[in-house]
Amino acid sequence: MENNSPKKPLFHIVRIDYIPTSKALLIRAGAIIAALIICAVITTVFTGDDPIEIYKTIFQGAFGSARKTWITLQNVSILLIISLALTPAFKMQFWNIGGEGQVLIGGLAAAACMICIGDSLPQVLLIPIMVVASVAAGAVWGLIPAVIKAKWNTNETLSTLMMNYIAIQLVAYYTIVWEVPKGSGKIGIINQNSSAGWLPNVGNKYLLPIIVAVLMTAFIYIYLKYTKQGYEISVVGESRNTAVYVGIKVEKVIIRTMLLSGAICGIAGLLLVAGINHTITTTIADGQGFTGVMVSWLAKFNPVAMIGTSFLIILMDRGAGEISTAFGLNQSFADILTGILLFFIIGCEFFLRYRIVFTSEKKN
Amino acid sequence: MSNTAVSFRGVSKAFGSTKANINVNLDIKRGEILSLLGENGSGKTTLMNMLAGIYYPDAGEIYFDEKPVHIASPRQAYDLGIGMVHQHFMLVDVLSVAENIVLGLEGKLNLKEAEKKIKDICDRYGFEVDLRKKIYDMSVSEKQTIEIVKVLYRGADILILDEPTAVLTPQETEKLFNVMRNMKADGKSIVIITHKLHEVKAISDRVAILRKGEFIGEMITAESDEQQMTNMMVGRQVTLNIERKAPVNVKPRIIVENLTVKDATGVCKLNNVSFTANAGEILGIAGISGCGQKELLESIAGLCKTEAGTIWYCEDGKEKVNLVGKDPEDINHLGVSLAFVPEDRLGMGLVGNMDIADNMMLRSYRSGKSRIFTDRKSPKALAESVVAELSVDTPGISTPVRRLSGGNVQKVLLGREIASHPGVLMTAYAVRGLDINSSYVIYDLLNGQKEAGTAVIYVGEDLDVLLQLSDRILVLCDGELSGIVDARSTDKNTVGLLMTKKGGAA
Repeated sequence: MENNSPKKPLFHIVRIDYIPTSKALLIRAGAIIAALIICAVITTVFTGDDPIEIYKTIFQGAFGSARKTWITLQNVSILLIISLALTPAFKMQFWNIGGEGQVLIGGLAAAACMICIGDSLPQVLLIPIMVVASVAAGAVWGLIPAVIKAKWNTNETLSTLMMNYIAIQLVAYYTIVWEVPKGSGKIGIINQNSSAGWLPNVGNKYLLPIIVAVLMTAFIYIYLKYTKQGYEISVVGESRNTAVYVGIKVEKVIIRTMLLSGAICGIAGLLLVAGINHTITTTIADGQGFTGVMVSWLAKFNPVAMIGTSFLIILMDRGAGEISTAFGLNQSFADILTGILLFFIIGCEFFLRYRIVFTSEKKN
Repeated sequence: MSNTAVSFRGVSKAFGSTKANINVNLDIKRGEILSLLGENGSGKTTLMNMLAGIYYPDAGEIYFDEKPVHIASPRQAYDLGIGMVHQHFMLVDVLSVAENIVLGLEGKLNLKEAEKKIKDICDRYGFEVDLRKKIYDMSVSEKQTIEIVKVLYRGADILILDEPTAVLTPQETEKLFNVMRNMKADGKSIVIITHKLHEVKAISDRVAILRKGEFIGEMITAESDEQQMTNMMVGRQVTLNIERKAPVNVKPRIIVENLTVKDATGVCKLNNVSFTANAGEILGIAGISGCGQKELLESIAGLCKTEAGTIWYCEDGKEKVNLVGKDPEDINHLGVSLAFVPEDRLGMGLVGNMDIADNMMLRSYRSGKSRIFTDRKSPKALAESVVAELSVDTPGISTPVRRLSGGNVQKVLLGREIASHPGVLMTAYAVRGLDINSSYVIYDLLNGQKEAGTAVIYVGEDLDVLLQLSDRILVLCDGELSGIVDARSTDKNTVGLLMTKKGGAA
């Protein structure tokens, strides 16, 4: 037979069952350092710029001044809220990639309240109505795919995705209906003079979303980990048969969870429209409904870890703008760096699960 | 060519801190059937996986024809003529038999020729395969046949069969054994991994025994008996008796009347079945697999839609209630305590990725003081007590159940179900895949429940066990009741006959 010259394989891969937390952290930190080194090499080779300076500038772009820091934190908050909204659905293995549409429709509901009833109601009444409207609109956008999934087992990835386009088209339509001034094709700042329906400043104008994000993180963490509903979500996600076996009504859990998921996205939309931008455009969610998917996955659905992952994404995003102006680099260069960083962070999962064992030549 | 085909010398393999194999020395001879015997988790499958190129040993050497070889992939194993049939089939459902068999082979795709070669192999060894059938239409035993043919097609001279009989009926097992004898006559070596001692006796020439990853010893099958094998496997004297006490205080607990169940496609799964399960008794259910056992248990548990009939639940001092049309939650609300150990333990009874404590919570999470929050303390306490009382082998109660071995998974599941002091305990293939020691622990638990006044329903496949354990045996054939017999006065033949006689006779 052809095994006359037996060759030992150089290495083989071994699965690890359990890895201590400290070691896991070390591997992750190692991955980030490795990514930074690779980024540095690529930066030097392709641009000739000093990578340390680039890193500094990225950091400055995010935290260079008090204002920049606040904006960074505010952006982190919005992304975090959206990611948190998606998480209960993901835990249930319901792939809600309709965050974008749920945010938009929540924002549209808020804008509608501001434009249509903003002048006729006092602020104390208007704001609660807006909250209810945004939450309800987001929830409905989550409900529709949930119901058709529960009843007819349709593929939720497709239905939630398609719901995004409906939301975008609705916003586009109402942008024309409500455009100011006529013919401009945009809505402009809503209620600029009366500030009707603008969410109140808490401390400063950046703090409100941050507070909401902190509360939401705590809420989702407790909800998933300590409540009966959170437990049902885990069981349905892990095994539908088991859920049925212990008498969990799977359809009910799917619908309830997607109502929650959509409702929280609606709140993000409300914050974006009534708290931050005071206007609405079709791109106001800025792809964060999708970025949130990544944030949630990177954190392995752990709400507290999501603070870190959303922070990382926003840091790179904010830094990107800064290095493109400071170094005259294309904005895409920052995307390349982000890509490398994410590649290493995700890639290191392999080393958390497997070990490479090199075959030593002389072994007993 | 020497008589020894493969030798393991000092082979070790560890997964993390678990040592699956420690310094194993084992020979496989040409033209023999070798049984590899050992309890769950004793490292049988790991050892064979190293021969098949799935794992690579941490230390030690494997010799093939007395030359050291390094088998780093299944392909290299095939090159040496080693092929393995795994416990879980690796077939593509939508492909045909021939397509599945040639899948992954190099060279030009010629299905006609492949089919001819497959037919040759089948005729030579006595396989019965319909080559035109798609995999998804096939029964478990047909799929297994395809797996074996696949290995032979690749020119294997050494075949490894990992618990091939676990999913087969006695008749199918006999067929498989005939094929194995034909292969042996053709000079092939076969390693069979199994728990069932009578099969070891029936088929093998030699027995090799592993315990806790170590090679303990080997014996010639013809010169040893089942008791010797068990003692060697377990490491101490074990009594192979099920203690069956006379039932006391027997009264009807579940009365099923004219139950009919159809599946989603309208095929009749249960036809007009009536019987009574008594408290304080073990009712065994026998039948060829897929004859309505699953539907019967699931109907009682409220998991299966019924077409017609009633299922009465009776308890002392309470009015009897009809369970038909109620789901598990409704049944729970009625105060009816049903315990159900389903066939698919990790896919239905437990959540594999959750730890033992969280799995204990499955049944009880709705209770507890708070309406909103789960009570984590009592499931933890329950987990601790189940682990202690049933001696579950686990690092701790926060270990995900999927990491436990089959026997321990079953102990966790049964422990949880028994903890609710059920009025009815239903088990489907409770000892499937379990080693001798674990199986007897399970039998003892079931007997304990019977003495505590529970109505125990035991769906089993091993007729010897059914006859020893049950008080009465209900036999199903193709969804129909073919008889209820007294387990103490009947014999294997009578039950076996009923299993194949639709509508019953006798």
